[in-house]
Amino acid sequence: MQDMKIEDLASDNYEEIQLTFFDAKQRNILYTEIETEFPEGSLIVSRTDLNGIITHVNKSFVTMSGFTEEELIGQPQYILRHPFMPHEAFSDLWETVQKKEKWYGYVKNLRKDGGFYWVYATVIPNIRNNKIISYTSVRRKPSAKKIAECIERYPTLF
Amino acid sequence: MSYTMTISPDFKPDLISGWYIFNTWLQKQSDIAIHLNLVNDFSELAQCIDKDSIDLIYANPCDIAKLIREKSFEALVKPVGVHDETVVITHADNPIDTIESLKPSLRVAMTDVPDVNTMGTIMLEPADINSCDIEAIICSNYITVAKKVVAGEADIGFLLADAYNEFSSLVKKQVKPLITSKIDVLHHALLLGPNLQDKKSLLQKCLIMMADDTKGMALLNSMEIEKWEIMEQDEAEFLIDLIDTLSPS
Ligand SMILES: Cc1cc2nc3c(=O)[nH]c(=O)nc-3n(C[C@H](O)[C@H](O)[C@H](O)COP(=O)(O)O)c2cc1C
Repeated sequence: MQDMKIEDLASDNYEEIQLTFFDAKQRNILYTEIETEFPEGSLIVSRTDLNGIITHVNKSFVTMSGFTEEELIGQPQYILRHPFMPHEAFSDLWETVQKKEKWYGYVKNLRKDGGFYWVYATVIPNIRNNKIISYTSVRRKPSAKKIAECIERYPTLF
Repeated sequence: MSYTMTISPDFKPDLISGWYIFNTWLQKQSDIAIHLNLVNDFSELAQCIDKDSIDLIYANPCDIAKLIREKSFEALVKPVGVHDETVVITHADNPIDTIESLKPSLRVAMTDVPDVNTMGTIMLEPADINSCDIEAIICSNYITVAKKVVAGEADIGFLLADAYNEFSSLVKKQVKPLITSKIDVLHHALLLGPNLQDKKSLLQKCLIMMADDTKGMALLNSMEIEKWEIMEQDEAEFLIDLIDTLSPS
């Protein structure tokens, strides 16, 4: 995956950090404090293969991510990983769905332009003939109160 | 042998005659005897599904899940370009303009249409209101939902967007939409029960060709459907997964 580019950023006022993902790949992240509002009444939907590689996205996913659909398909879902999010939240996600259960959580996501947006996400395994064939995630608009709680809690959680 | 077709009770009453003519048309085209049996509400439909007394159904997204996963139904066709969206309305004079300004202990007028109620409830989440914070006032149809809101007996109402759009200007003037869903993915579909599955490709062929002749086209118009499109089982399965992510766990 490409590192982020300064010319893609929505502001000159940004921080820089290197993230290492579960597959040992690394990405240089440039992030700003610019928040994008969740699109009113929409759901952000994506599907990944068993390794978390994006196979399907809906229009709201594309718009909110700031990428084009072509840039997203085939990329790991961690293309949205924001440095604020504790790594453990995602280990919990993966453990839960691999047990064939539904996972819920509040997630801060990173945009291509370095900005962010909060979602209330549900991830489920797509089970056919008793086998997991892929994963689906549907994100909806979270309440401001829940987000405020996460902003306070997440940094101290683990 | 005669088979039974039914329609999800959330379709518009003025389309009933269209569906009767459709049934006659389909029998003639496919040479299969089909009886159209309309149900009054979702609880009656649930009873019919439980008794395995349906062979062909134009089903609501929420029933698609049960029919396919538990009753071995298969997806046949879906209407092109028709989506089920939900509107949350309040009284036109209510000073509140956004979902976020709503407070718990809401009286909500709603019908028994499950996907509209699910989406309506989800759209209240940004205000920290969930299903235990609301008092549901169940109405027999969408116009009653609007009337309860207008009369002040309900604070808000859940409506199918199509139903709201067709309200008279008189009704529309007295209510205002707080939010309309834009999810593009929920829709009805025609499903086939286990007894009819050997006729699947025949029925699909008839339905797909429907838009090709003038009579079929006129009939589709009267049902407010542009045309039918094959719905693969795989697509139905993902629709069910999606509904699963929305249903309270
Ligand atoms: C269906 C699905 C959707 C996901 N959606 C997101 C997402 O929106 N944002 C995110 O940061 N991670 C998401 N993840 C988790 C990522 O795969 C990944 O675990 C996470 O970004 C953290 O990266 P890491 O596990 O390499 O540390 C999703 C995973 C699945 C299976």
